[in-house]
Amino acid sequence: MPTSATEVYFPVLVQALLAMALAAGLLSVSYLLGKKVRNRVKDMPYESGIVPTGDARQRFSVKFYLVAMLFILFDIEAIFLYPWVVVYRELKMFAFVEMLIFVILILSGFFYIWKKGALDWSGADSTSRKP
Amino acid sequence: MLVNSFVSTPDLIRFLPEIILTIMGTFLMVMDPILQRRSSYAFGHLSLLALVGALGGSVYAYTEGGCSVPQSCPAFGGMLMVDGFATFFRVLVIVVGILTVLSSYRFLQREDAETSEYHALLLFSIAGQCLMAASNDLIMVFIGIEISSIASYVMAGYLRDDKRANEAALKYFLLGSFATAFFLYGVALIYGATGSINLSTVRGILMGPDVPSSVFIGLAAALMFVGLAFKVSASPFQIWAPDVYQGAPTPVAAFLSAGPKAAAFAVFLRIFMTAFEPMSASWQPWLFGISALLSMVIGNFAALLQSNVKRMLAYSSIAHAGYVMVALTARSEIGTSAAMFYLAAYAFMNVGAFAVVSHLSGKGERYQTVDDFAGLAQKQPLTAALLTIFMLSLIGVPLTGGFFGKFYIFKAALESHLVWLTVLGLLTSAVAAYYYLRILVMMYMHEPSKASSEVEPLSLGLGTALMIPAIGTLFLGIFPNWVLDFAVKSATLVK
Amino acid sequence: MSEIPISWFLTLSAILFALGVAGFLFRRNIITVFMSIELMLNAVNLSFITFSYKLQKVDGHLLAFFVMVVAAAEAAVGLAIILTVFKNRATLNIDEIDSMKN
Repeated sequence: MPTSATEVYFPVLVQALLAMALAAGLLSVSYLLGKKVRNRVKDMPYESGIVPTGDARQRFSVKFYLVAMLFILFDIEAIFLYPWVVVYRELKMFAFVEMLIFVILILSGFFYIWKKGALDWSGADSTSRKP
Repeated sequence: MLVNSFVSTPDLIRFLPEIILTIMGTFLMVMDPILQRRSSYAFGHLSLLALVGALGGSVYAYTEGGCSVPQSCPAFGGMLMVDGFATFFRVLVIVVGILTVLSSYRFLQREDAETSEYHALLLFSIAGQCLMAASNDLIMVFIGIEISSIASYVMAGYLRDDKRANEAALKYFLLGSFATAFFLYGVALIYGATGSINLSTVRGILMGPDVPSSVFIGLAAALMFVGLAFKVSASPFQIWAPDVYQGAPTPVAAFLSAGPKAAAFAVFLRIFMTAFEPMSASWQPWLFGISALLSMVIGNFAALLQSNVKRMLAYSSIAHAGYVMVALTARSEIGTSAAMFYLAAYAFMNVGAFAVVSHLSGKGERYQTVDDFAGLAQKQPLTAALLTIFMLSLIGVPLTGGFFGKFYIFKAALESHLVWLTVLGLLTSAVAAYYYLRILVMMYMHEPSKASSEVEPLSLGLGTALMIPAIGTLFLGIFPNWVLDFAVKSATLVK
Repeated sequence: MSEIPISWFLTLSAILFALGVAGFLFRRNIITVFMSIELMLNAVNLSFITFSYKLQKVDGHLLAFFVMVVAAAEAAVGLAIILTVFKNRATLNIDEIDSMKN
């Protein structure tokens, strides 16, 4: 059995080095041996066979950030379910009520952004006020 | 341990103010998209109702929750401590909230801003501050700070199209979360050193036989000091305050300068007077004393140079944080009670002064300079008289709350043999008199400016928001004992 | 079987925290400044988990959960604020955002 930290983690180091060497090796081999053809079609970005349109540096709609932010918020709230699940059996009804209150509060937040039109991707909704 | 932490009825009663504020805040938030009403006084009335309810709730939690005896009022397994100290600060921040709502009625209408979200944010922020006042556990402190701060970041930038408000919100947000990270690192070190984040338990461990390395505890205390000093805008961490107070909408600036500050001082006192008290004798006077000194000097001298009244009040609020820091430097129960009294007096006079600025500045907050106050006494003698009370109290003239606040603080400092700090404190408050008096001279001795000629008559809400602090300031100045006795009684924190 | 000593994790956490502080103080782009704050919070999380492991107590993990959730809430509010600033000024350089000098 390996005993010191160096011995335990030595294989990891070896693997990391091997991986790096392999990647670098393959890339340099293809760079050295491959034939270089340069023309308009060849220099286009590769998008799985689809002809690319537009510039990658265009501005995204602010809706994108809004939805991404809201997703992160609601996604991370789910983290509290994990410790809750662990102790649910011991706490029974109490845990249920606690989580119910928590979920109601989360849902009221969800209801708010929904009615406010923040989830409306197209932005053409007329019932909600302009944010 | 799990079984002990089951929620009982007394727990819920002791948590009543936060529950009321959260329910009403959520309700207002949800009602906003349902009713689709941009501006309505009704939301303000509801918010006021919730605050009055929370005020009653705090008092009820103290008297009926079995809390009259200081030792018997923990809630949620010792995470909260609803003693007189907590009740004092809860009532203080709720009263600040009520005054903010009253002075916001006219403001929101004038700027055509959405009302229900504003009030929801205000209620959430106050709920966070109530939690800060009562928490006896570092994670509760952290959550309280964040609830209070996140809501107030948004409030600082509530006028979305106003460049200055944006900038204020950005600076408040960046420096506020920077400070929180420091505080949190301190919490982590305390947790590592003692294995607990409950302030009473930490105190027990620091007094017990196995005292952890004092370097470690000292580092944790220093990190927490940095975090909290940011929140109370004490030097050398005050840089954000002038920009934020100047850029934020005036009623919000009033709120920020009184509510979160008082709650952060409550946390300051509770952490440093319970948890660290057994081993802070050697470093606390230096840490707090230097910060107090810098705050008083920087705040008062920088305020002399300002022509914008909001910015001037921001620097003056740094200076006032310095005076409270003097009380914390004293490291005694007299110091704690003096700090409590001072924060109450400060909340009244500062919110009042900001409310007058809000009244005068007009739509879009155009008039904010000292010159705009010229001749206000001719046009609106009542407003001018009320502002005079606040300014005299900020200077510390007898018969006002500010006088007794300073008096008790410097008395506490002298009893802890901090003569140098007392002398310098008195000298800087003499300097401060100049810039407060400048406004009074402008108001009474000059011909009316454009701003004071255009000023609209006092609305009912704003009038009340001016009368209550004025009465409060005079009451604290003429009958200080009523509040001071309570402060002295509750300054003995539950250990 | 040996382990990496606790002190290594704490040192890493301290280094990350210091990097966050340095980034906050010296970077000029608001988004980068904001990311530095997140780095500081995550450094603290690493400390919490390390101490929790050392003390064989579970509450350190819960503290880390709270920190994560609050950091997410802060991020949402912060990004919204940064967006409004960008909309009003079309710049993300922190030095250009100082309209309030006396």
